[in-house]
This record gives sequence, C-alpha cells and structure tokens, in this order.
Amino acid sequence: MPDVRTPAPQVTPRPTGRVSVPAGIERVMEDRKANEYTPPEPAALTVRDLDFYYGSRRALAGIDLQFPEKMITALIGPSGCGKSTLLRCLNRMNDLIEGSRVDGEIEYHGLNLYDRGVDPVEVRRRIGMVFQKPNPFPKSIYDNVIFGARVNGFRGNADELVERSLRQAALWDEVKDDLKKSGLALSGGQQQRLCIARALAVEPEIILMDEPCSALDPIATLKIEELMRELAEHYTIIIVTHNMQQAARVSDYTAFLLAGEAGSGEVIEYGPTEEIFANPRDKRTEDYITGRFG
Amino acid sequence: MAVTQTVPSAPHEPAVNLEASGRVARRQRLSRASRYVLLGTALLGVSALVVLGIDTVMNGWGRVTPEFFTNYPSRFADQAGLRSSIIGSVWVLSLTMALVVPIGLGTAIWIEEFAPQNAVLGIIKINLANLAGVPSIIYGVLGLAIFVRFLSFGPSILAGALTLFLMILPMTIIAAQEAIRQVPDSIRQGSLALGASQWQTVWGHVLPGAMPGMITGVILAMARAAGETAALVMIGAFAFIAYDNTSIMDNFTVIPVQIYNWTTRPQEGFRADAAAGIIVLMVIVLTFNIGAAVLRERFRRH
Repeated sequence: MPDVRTPAPQVTPRPTGRVSVPAGIERVMEDRKANEYTPPEPAALTVRDLDFYYGSRRALAGIDLQFPEKMITALIGPSGCGKSTLLRCLNRMNDLIEGSRVDGEIEYHGLNLYDRGVDPVEVRRRIGMVFQKPNPFPKSIYDNVIFGARVNGFRGNADELVERSLRQAALWDEVKDDLKKSGLALSGGQQQRLCIARALAVEPEIILMDEPCSALDPIATLKIEELMRELAEHYTIIIVTHNMQQAARVSDYTAFLLAGEAGSGEVIEYGPTEEIFANPRDKRTEDYITGRFG
Repeated sequence: MAVTQTVPSAPHEPAVNLEASGRVARRQRLSRASRYVLLGTALLGVSALVVLGIDTVMNGWGRVTPEFFTNYPSRFADQAGLRSSIIGSVWVLSLTMALVVPIGLGTAIWIEEFAPQNAVLGIIKINLANLAGVPSIIYGVLGLAIFVRFLSFGPSILAGALTLFLMILPMTIIAAQEAIRQVPDSIRQGSLALGASQWQTVWGHVLPGAMPGMITGVILAMARAAGETAALVMIGAFAFIAYDNTSIMDNFTVIPVQIYNWTTRPQEGFRADAAAGIIVLMVIVLTFNIGAAVLRERFRRH
C-alpha cells in the first residue's frame, strides 16, 4: 500500500499565458473531444466514469476528470449542473445523504476512494473541505483550529500548530491577540479564512472549496483568492465557483459542467484555464463564458 | 459661501390626506381594541392563579415552621411534618433523574444522529409524541402491574422511580430531540469534513450546542415528576412513614402524596398542613423552573 501521507515532491511548471502551439500539435488537439483532456502528471485525483444518484435521479453521468497535483482546478457551470455534487463525491461527503449512490471510481494514490474497505473518515482527513457559507464552530478561534487535529490524534505542540495554520491562512496577524475570542465574532471573510486554517491544521493533501467566496464581499474575496494561489504551492485545490472571473483569475485548469437532457451533469469541456476562456472548443462553453446563459 | 434658499411660505392644501379615514380607521380601531381584549384574557388566567396563591399562603403560612420540615407525619395536625416525604421525594427524584438523563438523552441522540431514517423510526417518533400525552394515572397502572406486582418490587422507592421515569421519558426525549435539531447541519458537516468520526462530531459539537435545551428539558420533566401524585398513589406510595428511608426497597411517600393525604383528613388543622405543604412544593417546583431558565441563559451566552 503506498504511503499516502507524503506525496512525492515534484515540480510542475505553471501554464504561462497563451503559448504558441506548433502546427502539428494543434491539429492533434483539434481532433480530441473538448471534454477529453489529460493534465500533466502526477494526478492528485482521477475520476473515472463516475455516476451519482440521488435516489433514482442521476445527478452526474459518466464524469472523467483528472485533477493535477498542486494546481488549482476550477469546476464551473450553471446552477444544478452537478459541480457541487461532484466536489462532494471527492471526499465522500455525499455518503451523508440518505439514498445516494455512486458508480465508477475515484483514484487516489492508486486506491479507489469508493472501495469497500475505504473509511470515509480516513478520506476526509486527507481531502479537506471549505464550504460555501463560512461555518466556524461556536467555539474560540483556537479551539476551531485545533479541533480537526485533535480528533485525528494530534499530540504535538498545539500552540505552534494553531499559529502555523493561522499564518498559512493569512489570518494570524488579525487574530493573534484574541485567540480566545469566539470564531463567530469574526467578519465573514475572516470566518472563511478561519475555516481554511481549520482545514489546514489537519494537514490534508487536497482542499476542496465549494464556492468559498459566494458569501463574501469583493475585498474578502480578493484575500481568499490570493491565499489560494499561495496554498497551491503545497496543496492541490479544487474549487467550485459560480463566478467565471474568479475561475479565470485563480485556476490553472477549468472544467465546464452542464446538465444534459436527462438533468444529469456532464463534463462539457476541460483544459487549461487560458484555453477554456480564450479558445473554448465547444459552442456551449463559449455561450456560458460569454454570458449567453447560466 | 453658503447658499441660502428661501422656502416659499405660502400655505397650500396638501394633495393627499394621511389621517386615518374610512376603512383604514375601522381597521385601526379594531387593532387597538384587540390589544385590550387580549390583555383581558391574559389577566383572567393570571389573576385566578394569584388568588389561589394568596389563599394558599394565608391558610398555610403559619404552619411553615422549622418543625414542619423536621417532624414526621402525625395523628395530630399541629405536630405533623414533611420530614419523611421530603426524604422520600429526594430519593425518588434522584433515582428518576439517574435513569432519565442517560436513557432519555441517549435515545434522543440515537434518533437524531444515528438512526436510519426509515418507516420504523417514523413510528417510534409518533409513539413518543403520543406517550408524552398519556395521563399519568395510566403510568401508575403500568407501574403497579409491572414493577410492584410482576417484578415484586412492592410499593418501593425503586418502583416509584421507575414509574416516574417512564412517565417523563417521552417528554425528555422530545425536548432533547428539539435541542439537537437546533444545532445547524453546517456544523456537523464542518466537523465531518475535518475527518472527525460521527461520535466525535456529536460529542464535540452537537452535544455542547444542544446542552442548554437538553438541560431545560430534563429540569422541566423533573419538575413534573416532583409534583406527580396520581401515579404514585396508584402504585401504593400512600403509606404512613415515620422513619427516614435508607434503601431503594423501602416504602415511601413524597410531598404531593403527603399533601393529598392531608387534604383527605376531616380535621381542620390538616387543611393548614396541606396548604403549608403546597407552599413548600410550589417553592421547589419554582426553583426547578428558575434553575432551568438560568442555566439556559448561561449556556446561551457562551
């Protein structure tokens, strides 16, 4: 069994703006379908032929996506396209929904997250999550940060971990004198950064963000976006967003999802963010990002 | 330079009349009247209570002496006291609480957090709501049949506590369920997303959040148990006890049963004893209720 705690160190160059592609390669790229794209290895998560059902309703159909390590991948699409559902499949939060069912597999370090022997608690401490609405616990800032580490058996220096996590989440300077204050007393943007700090304290490998800025004002949003770029040095980030400018600003790769005829979400197009926004291959992607629907 | 503007002072008729007239005036009159009608209904109930309270205090206040708390019941009204019934109440209520807290709260946590949401659970929930409305005398009959007779506990403290426990269990569970449902789901999800197990989530977040409501529920249920008469009379807690209880298998009496006992006597003096007992019981139940309110407020602030 591979040691999943220490991902192999690797360097992947970031895509830098629009690159001129040699003519031959361009031809090859033209030939592939818009939703068939393989980002550079290694992959943090690979979704293969994933179907998701709420009861008898199929919410996701045949999803194939590979999420590259230490990159930010954005999932965009109109409401009801299944992007949040897909995100919550990635750390098995959907297990909590009574009557839901998953077909297909999600590969993580060579293991399928939906294998029989896989415990969702083990999955969630490696694949953290930040929610749409900031949801700090009604406890002190300090207890908010330390909770996840404690339940996962952390026995080290708690003060140090709290400081490190809050620094990583760019919140330390604002709260360092007030760690005993309730997390609920912070502003919305601070609360969301507290939730990020809380997720970081568990030392996950991947962080899922479900529209993390939709409840925040533009300045708080900017702060979170800057923070995401910093975090991408060490973490794989997958973000669901309604905001196309946000996807364009922060993400390296973008997947566009749309609900098909039967109401099941499908990946319409996937690729480097620059390409998706500058040269969408699929007419529907183009319509969506130019604001023609959604 | 500030520019001064002169407002034309010529009076002119306003285009609209904003004083209440016609239908609006009628609706407003009705609205104002309803206020006094409602105040009247409220006063009706409260004044009845006040009159009863004053009457009781006037009849019984003279009997609330230190000896009233330390004397055993007696054939002589002026020597009778609450000693054995206070001790009996403490025994029975302690045992009831020791049973209802773990079992009631445990059941509520199971129903709300762990139970599969299926038809069987639905039936259990409906039955809980119905059981909370069953008259206490029915629980007395049940206690008599099962605890006193079938299990041969006799009219003992144990049988009394088990009967009261059954009686207040449904309302405790329902109050605790309500408190647990007040904890927002986003808190549970946040905890689970950090890799906490379901029990860690319940222990670390749901229980602290639900604590004020659960404590209130338990205290209010205990207040009801403290004042319960019919069920205990039914199981036979109607004895003349002139000793201190030392075991859960002892026969016993409790304050409300003792009061009832005194009201059945023909002598005038026992009526004063009953009134004095009511004063004591009211103070106890009121203390429970105030305690519940204080605890709830204290938890809410943290």
